[in-house]
Amino acid sequence: MTNVRLRKFHQAHWDEPIIFELSVPGRRGLIPPAPEEEIKEAAGDPKGLVPEEMLRKEPPALPELDQKRVLAHYIHLAQETLGGNLCNDISQGTCTMKYNPRINEELAAHPGIASLHPWQDVDTAQGILEIYYKFEEILKEISGMDKFSLHPQGGAHAVYTAASIMRAYHRDRGELDKRREIISSAFTHPCDHAAPATAGFRLIILPPSENGYPSVEAVKAAVSENTAGMFITNPEDTGIYNTEIDQFVKIVHDAGGLCFYDQANANVLLGIARAREAGFDMCHFNIHKTFGTPHGCSGPGLGALGVRDHLAKYLPIPTVEYDGTKYYLDFDRPHSVGKVRQFQGPAGVLVRTYAWVMTIGQEYLKEVSEISTINHNYLQKKLQEQIPEIEVPYAPGRRRLEEARYCWQKLLEATGVSTTDILRRVGDFGLQHYWTSHHPWVVPEPMTLEPCESYGKEDLDEYVAVLKHIRDEAYSDPEIVKNAPHKCASHKLADETALDDPKRWATTWRAYVKKKGRA
Amino acid sequence: MACNRLGLIVNPIAGMGGRVGLKGTDGEEILRICREKGAVPEAPKKAVEALKRLLPAKDEIEIVTYPGEMGELEAREAGFEPIVIGSIIPGNTTSEDTKRAAKDIADFGVKLLLFAGGDGTARDVYLALKDRQQPVLGIPAGVKIHSGVFAINPRRAGELALLFMQGKVRDMKEAEVMDIDEEAFRQGWVSAALYGYLLIPHERTFVQSKKAGQAASDTVDLEGISYYILDHMDENKDAIYIIGPGTTTRAIKQKLGDEYTLLGVDVSQDKKIIALDADEKKLLEILSDAKKAFIVVTIIGGQGYIFGRGNQQISPKVIRKVGLENIIVVATRNKVSALGHNPLLVDTGDEELDQALCGYVRVVTGYLEQRIMKVSV
Repeated sequence: MTNVRLRKFHQAHWDEPIIFELSVPGRRGLIPPAPEEEIKEAAGDPKGLVPEEMLRKEPPALPELDQKRVLAHYIHLAQETLGGNLCNDISQGTCTMKYNPRINEELAAHPGIASLHPWQDVDTAQGILEIYYKFEEILKEISGMDKFSLHPQGGAHAVYTAASIMRAYHRDRGELDKRREIISSAFTHPCDHAAPATAGFRLIILPPSENGYPSVEAVKAAVSENTAGMFITNPEDTGIYNTEIDQFVKIVHDAGGLCFYDQANANVLLGIARAREAGFDMCHFNIHKTFGTPHGCSGPGLGALGVRDHLAKYLPIPTVEYDGTKYYLDFDRPHSVGKVRQFQGPAGVLVRTYAWVMTIGQEYLKEVSEISTINHNYLQKKLQEQIPEIEVPYAPGRRRLEEARYCWQKLLEATGVSTTDILRRVGDFGLQHYWTSHHPWVVPEPMTLEPCESYGKEDLDEYVAVLKHIRDEAYSDPEIVKNAPHKCASHKLADETALDDPKRWATTWRAYVKKKGRA
Repeated sequence: MACNRLGLIVNPIAGMGGRVGLKGTDGEEILRICREKGAVPEAPKKAVEALKRLLPAKDEIEIVTYPGEMGELEAREAGFEPIVIGSIIPGNTTSEDTKRAAKDIADFGVKLLLFAGGDGTARDVYLALKDRQQPVLGIPAGVKIHSGVFAINPRRAGELALLFMQGKVRDMKEAEVMDIDEEAFRQGWVSAALYGYLLIPHERTFVQSKKAGQAASDTVDLEGISYYILDHMDENKDAIYIIGPGTTTRAIKQKLGDEYTLLGVDVSQDKKIIALDADEKKLLEILSDAKKAFIVVTIIGGQGYIFGRGNQQISPKVIRKVGLENIIVVATRNKVSALGHNPLLVDTGDEELDQALCGYVRVVTGYLEQRIMKVSV
């Protein structure tokens, strides 16, 4: 490992109030000049354009600020984030935080794309429809599925659409009343539990065996005449590939259920393993993970949902079709689960991802997966060499693919420093705070890292050096870790339990005022 | 109440049996053998280790304790000037002293009572304080640690006590007080009882379990579990429901009426409690003219037992009469996760039945969620 000099990072910290707290009655931005009389006359009363019943009775309770303060406010907030494409994002395990090429942003912002309107005649939108159609062909090849929907706006949205399709399938066969149960596993993403539950199913969750994934016996114990299907990830969050997945599928199929493969993160599967060969009826990809488009708050996502032929009739409307001469939208699909989003899904994301795939090319997609696997295995080896307290529970000695769920329990017992302390301290070195695990934690004191193909050896070495440094601090000066962050704009929560109690947190100003009883 | 007072009880002999292979120190004869075998007390030095963590707030905290080896010596060794109350016969303290000390110190008024010992000590503290809302915390020093009232280690006990005294940890939870009959344990079989629950300060990284979640997420799960069982009752009118002890099953009992027991087996029919704290005989009597019956049990203690720990009233006879297919296991997701990939355990005392109970069961963890868990002996 090369000698790494830790970064002397220091973030701007503005102690910035919420914009509502900055409000001063009467303050406002620029007042545009009044329109000329003849324009006023021609336009008439703008209120007349809005139906009476839709007019507000009271003006909205918006904050009142001058323009300069608004601009400063948002620049301050931007300076207080660790941003996308800005720092070493190995931290966000399972999220596949790739570098998003800037050229793709320019393509998406190209006036020919950006000024398209979803209501314009399809004859004038052939280019974007061609991108839809051709990208679907690419995903079909990668997954082995027969047809895709590019409507869902994110991973969980695609999973919910899959649950809706499963419901429609069993309803059509007159078995929905009986088939109420969905099988999933403890390390599968919680949206694979929540989405089918929201669609009205009951979840039967399989525990991990010592392999890190459920045993075939557990799947057999879970299926019955009530089984509607299975929603499962592979590899799960542990990064361990489930080599028995085809047996799982067969057991569920034999019981009359359908199988959905959560491939939100398919970064180690490209050109290597497909949902079709494992026997699945459906799968989905998070385009904003595996396929190179911005993630999280950097932009909208896209959850591409693929199905085999026997489920194609249930896909959301409209689908994009090609008649040999032109592309068109097909709304005439009577078995469809209906619309899951306005228009045709996030077109801008599609332009970015189409550019990303075409730049990489078929032969190098596989290399993306290979580099991700090598990167992870390098990182894991170095971490375990440098930091004896780090454990990697389940399947000892077996190699992980793109990520691993690490465990800091030994360090906690030795020093009192917990994983939530360490992750806050990581931010002090200009790295993104790392992700622990979904709740409740199955692996104690968890940490999940994913060094995808965008990172070089020096990034991996930097990450190891930072964690090693913090581990040493846990012994020499535990308080510095426990009270972190010191150089970051983020905070240590005064009361961690508050986040667990919906009565005590708020995601909007209105909810805050309501719950606190004051502004 | 005095907000700066910290109670302290040390069971001076706790932990002696472990090193010499005697599985505990309950009973005078065993204690004599321990001493002969050269066992040294564990609790005093562990108590000192914990107390040293409180030194940063030495000037704000007053320790209230019992004389000599029951806390006074340890407090002084750690660097405190304790308030000493009560009296003991040095070198010859018993579980009665622990009970008396717990009561006297709680009467004196303390924000938190720290005690060093094992399950036996926890049981004595519980018996002395069971009807009051006195926060306590165990410094693990005994051979047997099955109860949930202990911190992970002595040092963490001290750190958590400090945070609680300073008002930085406010979340509380009910933790199980379990104890095993040591004599039976030495004979090679385990008989554990759930004595009750004590209130402990709760912070994820400090207490004996690998639980990740907080009390509030348990509340959500308990609601879901209760409504699942209520729906089940609607679908099985007239059926008898034998509901075991524990905080999880209490959530169900609370929805059935004002009268229920936390530690006992209650019986319901048509969503009403028809028997409180039923013993085996009573259960068999009720079952004798029942057409259909279900048993609802939860995981008792950190080891994962669903039968044979704290719910022995639900005997092999009762289980056979109800039928193995009519057992409903309920638990919050936190409780299930805390087991890691360890199986659920059964120990009914009937080997054949235990074998029949092995395999996979469904554990109801929420209204729309169940877990498949392995059952083992």
